[in-house]
Amino acid sequence: MTTEFKDSIETALHNPNLTGALGRFSEAYRISRAKAYEGIDFEAVRDRIAEVKGNASSRFEELAEQFKANAERRGAKVFRTSDPAEVKRYILDLAKAQNVQSVVKSKSMASEEIHLNKAFEQAGIQVDETDLGEWIIQLAHQTPSHMVMPAIHMTKEEVAEVFSQEVEAGQAPDIPKLVKFARGKLRPKFLAADMGITGANIAVAETGSLVIITNEGNARLVTTLPRIHVAIVGIEKLVAQVADIDPILTALPRSATGQLLTSYVSMLSGQVPNTDGSPKDLHIILMDNHRSDMVKDPKFKEALQCIRCATCLNVCPVFRLVGGHVFGKTYTGGIGTILTAWFDELKKSEDIQGLCIQCGSCVPVCPGKIDIPGLILELRRRLVVEQGQSLAMKAIFGVVNNRRLFHSMLRMASVTQKPFKQGRFIRHLPLFLSDMTDFRSLPAIAPEPFRDKFKAIAQPKQAEKVVFYAGCLIDFAYPETGMALVKILNKAGIEVVFPENQTCCGAPARYSGAYEVAAQNARDNIKALLETDATYVVSACPTCTVALKHDFLDTFKTLGITDAMGEAQRLSDRTIDFSSLVKKLVDEGRLTFKEGQHLGKITYHDSCHLKRTLKATDEPRELLQKAGHEIAEMYECDTCCGMAGSYSLKLPEISAPILERKLKHIKDTGADKVVMDCPGCVMQIRGGLDKDGSPIQVEHTAERLEDRFE
Amino acid sequence: MSTTFEAFETRAAAVSAEVHRFATRHEGLAFIEGFLREVGVSEAPGSGALWVDGSFLEGIGPAHVTSQVPGVSFEVTREAAAVAKVGISQLDWAIAGTGTLVQDATAVEKRLVSTLPPIHLAVLGTERILADFNSVLQRLQPEQINYIAFITGPSRTADIERVLTIGVHGPERLIVVVVDDFEKVTA
Repeated sequence: MTTEFKDSIETALHNPNLTGALGRFSEAYRISRAKAYEGIDFEAVRDRIAEVKGNASSRFEELAEQFKANAERRGAKVFRTSDPAEVKRYILDLAKAQNVQSVVKSKSMASEEIHLNKAFEQAGIQVDETDLGEWIIQLAHQTPSHMVMPAIHMTKEEVAEVFSQEVEAGQAPDIPKLVKFARGKLRPKFLAADMGITGANIAVAETGSLVIITNEGNARLVTTLPRIHVAIVGIEKLVAQVADIDPILTALPRSATGQLLTSYVSMLSGQVPNTDGSPKDLHIILMDNHRSDMVKDPKFKEALQCIRCATCLNVCPVFRLVGGHVFGKTYTGGIGTILTAWFDELKKSEDIQGLCIQCGSCVPVCPGKIDIPGLILELRRRLVVEQGQSLAMKAIFGVVNNRRLFHSMLRMASVTQKPFKQGRFIRHLPLFLSDMTDFRSLPAIAPEPFRDKFKAIAQPKQAEKVVFYAGCLIDFAYPETGMALVKILNKAGIEVVFPENQTCCGAPARYSGAYEVAAQNARDNIKALLETDATYVVSACPTCTVALKHDFLDTFKTLGITDAMGEAQRLSDRTIDFSSLVKKLVDEGRLTFKEGQHLGKITYHDSCHLKRTLKATDEPRELLQKAGHEIAEMYECDTCCGMAGSYSLKLPEISAPILERKLKHIKDTGADKVVMDCPGCVMQIRGGLDKDGSPIQVEHTAERLEDRFE
Repeated sequence: MSTTFEAFETRAAAVSAEVHRFATRHEGLAFIEGFLREVGVSEAPGSGALWVDGSFLEGIGPAHVTSQVPGVSFEVTREAAAVAKVGISQLDWAIAGTGTLVQDATAVEKRLVSTLPPIHLAVLGTERILADFNSVLQRLQPEQINYIAFITGPSRTADIERVLTIGVHGPERLIVVVVDDFEKVTA
């Protein structure tokens, strides 16, 4: 990562106005969004959006021509281009030919994308943004930090200062007064402007209609008062028919601002009369700018299903800490990272793609059904292919791909860590490594790994066998979790098999974009884990479970490896996470809880992969309750803890405040134990609580359940 | 019909529109005249009301209104709209599910009175309230109409610190007068 980028993160994190505003908004957003969707089948709505927009993007050329023909039939002039420079030239030529002195604009991300205002300014034409947020940003000489709320990063004091400096001295930081001031100052501009510029939220091919959605009413003025109207429309806004508007209009206001509908929706189809009775000079620019390149890419085509609601920003645990300006470009947040890589170039996403913590929070709430973290991972992979891994990463993955070397290094670490070890923790590391222990302690490598301890367990021989995949953390840091799992499965009459040749699941390599390394890890593990004829392959680490169940297949598919797909599928079918397996065994009557236990209040943290990929949220809760616990749910129980594998090593400055929030929410429940299913989360949360000196105990569900069965 | 009205009223009120229902146009008109007087509509500069004539006044006539409330004008121009206090227009349909008013706003006069003055007063027949967006689009077809306006409450913004503020560029008050006996003249 560049120093410049790291500095911008540092600046954002130390801006209390920014983190305060975004933090409060992200909390309020969840509630207002949920309320807005009451009585609506969100899954059905987004299925339709994905279908409507997916179909449209497959037919861009046809729909663009159809739109052009229909809009022109109704008096519009339609200009199609793939080049942002041509968009600007067209508009400036028009402005000059029509003797345009001033321009008013309503919000258009497409115009931001091509830096249209700058072009007007250079040509000496006065241009004013009229969306309040955009106007503030324009006056402050900034770029929008958020697609829907461009000035969300600013306080009323900052806005008052900008107004006072740029427009009229003496403005007080009083929001209703500032709004009134903007109305008063912009009204004469609307009335004087010769040209109005808008974007469009939807363009309907069969009627040549534009749908423009606003709350302030500025787009109605922009399309009514000036004699010329220019609409700049990205071709991804095209849909085939009028009926396709409905799902988008159902989702966009609800997802963007928690409204059932915005104050104004205008549907413009062709020319309308001007205030002097003359027909409006209407120009519609259909802009491509690499959108049709995206269509041709089988992975990235789905990103064109985006309706620009910014939900992926609003629910992102990273965005709410750093805001939009660290992204450095027009489009911010998760989808912004993807759009920047295409509308600018892949290299421009090199730093910002690293901000994605891969928690998956945006996936279930995206109205376009876009797998945003999946696509960001694909960017990461392509960057590695294009530019190669750093030498340090290469060295690490070289080790990870050699199980013997890797494991002997881990064993060696349990000896070399001695000077830093205090009990079961490493509380401080020297030099550059200190970032890792600044905000949490790290677990000491266990003196005896699980693979050694396992050999000493005397298991009764059983007909039914289950293969245990430990993963590095349980094997080398938390062997007690593995021991608990063996004990529980033995109670169900199952013999646990631990194949010695299992190795790293490949997640660290994959999440760093090193798919070749991940593929080798996958091959080694498939071989080791399928050797035994077992009912299940169980893991007590959700990230490892996801690797075995989904990622091996996807890594092979992405790399075009076909010979190992069959085996990978067999492993996938057999793989199950710990809590889901134990729940099954309880349901089948093979495990019985001790009766009449009152074990007290605990709280439960949902790990990202368990909740959002494996969809196991009820299973661990039900088990813990049946065991005799009462669960006091923490606020944002399913928000990432900030661990995310190597993320907490690469961006400790972001990982730390995410953890801090998590710890606060745990403490707020008053529970003296917090339970979770992921050893990575255990490492992060236990380390954070240790650093805090908190007495709250952190346990894996397996440990909590170890002695609860008859 | 009355449950549809109630749903509309609830949704519209939730977004700060002020909804009033009357049995007859005459009762509705009496309310409108009273309202205009109350907000200080007069012939003084900046105190006028602009009314886009429609079937609501059929059989009553604009002259009746101007005689009752001086300051009301039916000559809608850009200049007049820019300084008017109240804009009055007839809306074509409404959507119960979202509290939305819908209008064929191709005629620029209809857009001027509902965008520029700080108060927009909309008149509407009760039977024109439909369940949802699609029901309205079947009647106001974008194939045929060049400017369809959907209005849900007054103009609003939350661009400064996410604090909801009413009346940024458009009207800060939206008054909806719903009349039951409209059917006879709009059918």
